[in-house]
Amino acid sequence: MKLRIKSLEYKTKLSRVLAGTALFTLIALQSNAQTAGLTMPAGFKASIVADTTGRPRHIAITKKGDIYVKLFRKVKEKGLLMLQDKDGDGKYETKTAFGDYIGTGLYLKDNYLYASSDEAVFRYKLDANEHVINPNKPDTLVKGLVSRKQHETKSLVLDNNGNIYVNIGAPSNSCQIKDRQMGSLGQPDCPILETAGGIWQFKIDKFNQSYPEGVRYATGLRNVMGLDWNQQNNTLFVMQHGRDQLTMFPELFDSKLNAELPAECMYMIKYGDNAGWPYIYFDPFQKKKILAPEYGGDGKKEGDSKFIDPVVAFPAHMAPNGLLFYTGNMFPEKYKNGAFVAFHGSWNRSPEPQKGFMVAFVPFKNGKPSGEWEVFADGFAGSPEKAAAGRPDHKPCGLAMGPDGSLYVTDDAKGAIYKISFNK
Amino acid sequence: MKRTTLTLLIISIFISVTAQTKKPVAKKPAAKASTASAAVTPTVMARGKVVYNMYCISCHQPDGGGVPSMNAPIVKTKQVLGSKPALINIILKGMSGVDIEGESYSNVMPAHAFLTNQQIADVLTYVRNNFGNKASGVTVAEVAAVRNKK
Ligand code: HEC
Repeated sequence: MKLRIKSLEYKTKLSRVLAGTALFTLIALQSNAQTAGLTMPAGFKASIVADTTGRPRHIAITKKGDIYVKLFRKVKEKGLLMLQDKDGDGKYETKTAFGDYIGTGLYLKDNYLYASSDEAVFRYKLDANEHVINPNKPDTLVKGLVSRKQHETKSLVLDNNGNIYVNIGAPSNSCQIKDRQMGSLGQPDCPILETAGGIWQFKIDKFNQSYPEGVRYATGLRNVMGLDWNQQNNTLFVMQHGRDQLTMFPELFDSKLNAELPAECMYMIKYGDNAGWPYIYFDPFQKKKILAPEYGGDGKKEGDSKFIDPVVAFPAHMAPNGLLFYTGNMFPEKYKNGAFVAFHGSWNRSPEPQKGFMVAFVPFKNGKPSGEWEVFADGFAGSPEKAAAGRPDHKPCGLAMGPDGSLYVTDDAKGAIYKISFNK
Repeated sequence: MKRTTLTLLIISIFISVTAQTKKPVAKKPAAKASTASAAVTPTVMARGKVVYNMYCISCHQPDGGGVPSMNAPIVKTKQVLGSKPALINIILKGMSGVDIEGESYSNVMPAHAFLTNQQIADVLTYVRNNFGNKASGVTVAEVAAVRNKK
């Protein structure tokens, strides 16, 4: 008898627990449906509006809401996608592929779509609906750029004066005589900087340009993936991928120090600027430009003061792959003209836990940061454990703003395209 | 669990084999570790792990899975499980621009010729018997043979 009563009690308890769990799961599922698994400030919601293959990198969105995506790996022999939501259900079900090259850079301005392979920049004329008129015959604006596997991608952005800015990443970690080898010293007067490790400026209406026609607009930038033109002060801003592997000088840097050094830096770039790679790195704790160990540094000696300072210093190795100044009206006032940065996530922090896999926000006023940076959208990794292990579900990469002011984020791990919007 | 029992098994086989072949038990130890033994002993694995954590972990990661599109995985690939001289050469000379199982990797694998033959034997034995890999160990003599060629 007693046993039965107990088991009955147990059963009711169990069912209560079950009901509770079910309710909790329901709430969790529901809120998950509103945020696509992301955590964001109150009032923001997110959904995955498209699932793609081919590792989507940078994106551009038309005034009518069609999405262009540059792919890192070919899908059906093509490297560009146009996504459309023809039935208006919020999911981009229609996919058109074109362009026979892979890459990262993509930008849309004044009825032209600009896209890059790892060696060249192409331009597509758009029709009144901002659809590509001749997908098989783009104009070749730039060709023959350095691409030697490492830091090969060519991110790009336009100003308002007919110029296009193209990142040419240094095919090297720190310009060592022997790249990434223990203790190898830096090449004197780093020759890589002649053709890479900077931002080059070209014209948007001249064909077949290369180094002779281009201008080395800024140098000393190891590799830039996220860049954008700030419309408020009419200036270029870039996010540098900082150097790896300070542990190649183990008597100066252990793996704990390497995990935190150097900062991932945002720079405001004017013509002729030099950000100092490979000679210096920015130490976010000392807040100084420190001489690189390859060039005689000891972790304390400061480098040449001619190199520019960053405007924002983020934690090390988080790999900023996208930068976007928010010019929309949907988000609260605080976000207006501020910078969103998509962090792809680290690998060079190991054996320390990895970091990144989120979208950060920096408030701006009159083209200058006006407050501390903060995490805006997190949770792409799926769990803190997956983030720490460097095995995230999703990796944020490209950013763009939709016509209604919502923010789009690509994920080049699983191919999701997120839309983040705000409800008053 | 599985791995420990396996290692134990290998050790016991190793012990029984040496016990069978060599009767005078007295003069067994010292020279053994650095010459012929291709055995995957806990000592070798421990030494290999030290080398891995010092020189390889930043690129190939704690689980050996590498970094997508950047650093190759060293889990059950042809090079890792295959010909030992070719594998030893990857460590001595480095590698770049080679597609692995159909994927390309943008980073460079630096040469690690500064490691001693013992360190290379240890780390390769460790790699070939960790991360789900299972293959014979690499001996110091095998590393020396590749290094001394030409
Ligand atoms: C700077 C990063 C880096 C470091 C440090 C590094 N590797 Fe590599 N390794 C790579 C890259 C990148 C490749 C692929 C190169 C390619 O595809 O051509 C690679 C390839 C390999 C391969 C062949 C891959 C396969 O599965 O076929 C092996 C084996 C290997 N590394 C072992 C090691 C070991 C052992 C160490 C430490 C002694 C080490 N690596 C250190 C970057 C690194």
